[in-house]
Amino acid sequence: MNWSWTVAADVFPLLLGGLVVTVEATIMGAAVAYVLGLFLAIMKRSHNRPLALTVYWMSEFIRRTPLLVQLYFLFYVLPDLGLFLSPLAAGVIGLGLHFSTYTSEVFRAGIDNVPKGQWEASRSLNYNPLQTWRYVILPQAIPPMIPPLANYLITMFKETPLLAAITVIELFNAANIYSNSYYKYLEPMTLVGLLFLLVSIPAAYLAMRLEKKYTVRR
Amino acid sequence: MGQILEFTPLLIEGTWMTIKLTVVSAVLALVISFVVGLSRLSSSRSVRVLATIYLEFFRGTSALVQMFFMFYVLPLLGLTLSPFTAGVIACGFNLGSYGSEVVRGAVQSVGKGQHEASTALNYTVYQRYRYVLIPQAVPMMIPPFGNLLIELMKLTAVTSLITIADLTFVAQIIRAQTAMTLEPFLLILVIYFLIASVLVGFTDFVARSIARKRHITLAGVRRS
Repeated sequence: MNWSWTVAADVFPLLLGGLVVTVEATIMGAAVAYVLGLFLAIMKRSHNRPLALTVYWMSEFIRRTPLLVQLYFLFYVLPDLGLFLSPLAAGVIGLGLHFSTYTSEVFRAGIDNVPKGQWEASRSLNYNPLQTWRYVILPQAIPPMIPPLANYLITMFKETPLLAAITVIELFNAANIYSNSYYKYLEPMTLVGLLFLLVSIPAAYLAMRLEKKYTVRR
Repeated sequence: MGQILEFTPLLIEGTWMTIKLTVVSAVLALVISFVVGLSRLSSSRSVRVLATIYLEFFRGTSALVQMFFMFYVLPLLGLTLSPFTAGVIACGFNLGSYGSEVVRGAVQSVGKGQHEASTALNYTVYQRYRYVLIPQAVPMMIPPFGNLLIELMKLTAVTSLITIADLTFVAQIIRAQTAMTLEPFLLILVIYFLIASVLVGFTDFVARSIARKRHITLAGVRRS
């Protein structure tokens, strides 16, 4: 079986179209994961024990079960319960929900790592809660969170091919549809692999740079 | 709900397949982690470069793409793998790349004095790693390896897409035959959760028994 440049040239535009969907799904999924993760982190820190425990075990359940099955759940079960989502919407919600349980740990650790004296200092300065978070806690908590959050963005990018299983035509599915129609597997699959590397290696390099920049030395 | 009981034998087979995939690819991933992780610390530049290429390739592409490549492309190049073999290799190679970073990081974090001490004792490279560095690095590897084991178990669900009859595949069969959706998917989510919880318990047990045997306290491990 030899590499055919005709096939490669034929499939390439389809792959670029798929790559756009992949990037869209990643960005929207990451937005969901970051926002939801922050809320989960705040609830896990809550002094209301039943709430904190419920949120903890719910996120453990999501964390310990496969994303693929969660996607099937959103895609097949919700319509039966009367909620219709487009495949892309189900995929974005699934990705976001799954990774929010990971990002929530980043947020929780980031907030916990602000020294206790900083909370006490803001109280002695008579700061209200808003001022405490805005001027004291968050400016110290956010920079160390940036590298791990960037790494999860890359992880989510690599998980998007699972959306193919719920009929989203992203990068991998675009290649797969072409492969199944023309029985050409070598070129599309190789190109998909290369396109993934083309995005994820520079992204990993950038994340490493961020890590160097934001590592706090105490 | 009663209807799903008819599928009990199939569900048991699926659960067994998921466990088998997890265990076999975990062994493969563990071997790769050590081989690649230690190669990244090699004094030979070409060994280091090869290990880095492996790492960047398997960490930089999607596991699903790797699996499809092994299942659909390799036969065209003359290497035909059974679905089970392709699934195990894809899962094992993928997680092995993440595991190699755990091994490298743990070995590197052993104090510099230990390297110098083994040089002072005139240890060979093999002796230095076998008797000094690796025994001290292993306890640090256990918690991150535990996390990777869960990731590996979850990754085996993807092998259903290359026709392996694991739990996820069985749920799809039940959906196709009965048009039930909530019951099969909720049921397998619970089974996956239980398997993962057993793995979490197993990792905690290993970490604790190492800590007790060596009289050390490990970060993130509860003392018993």
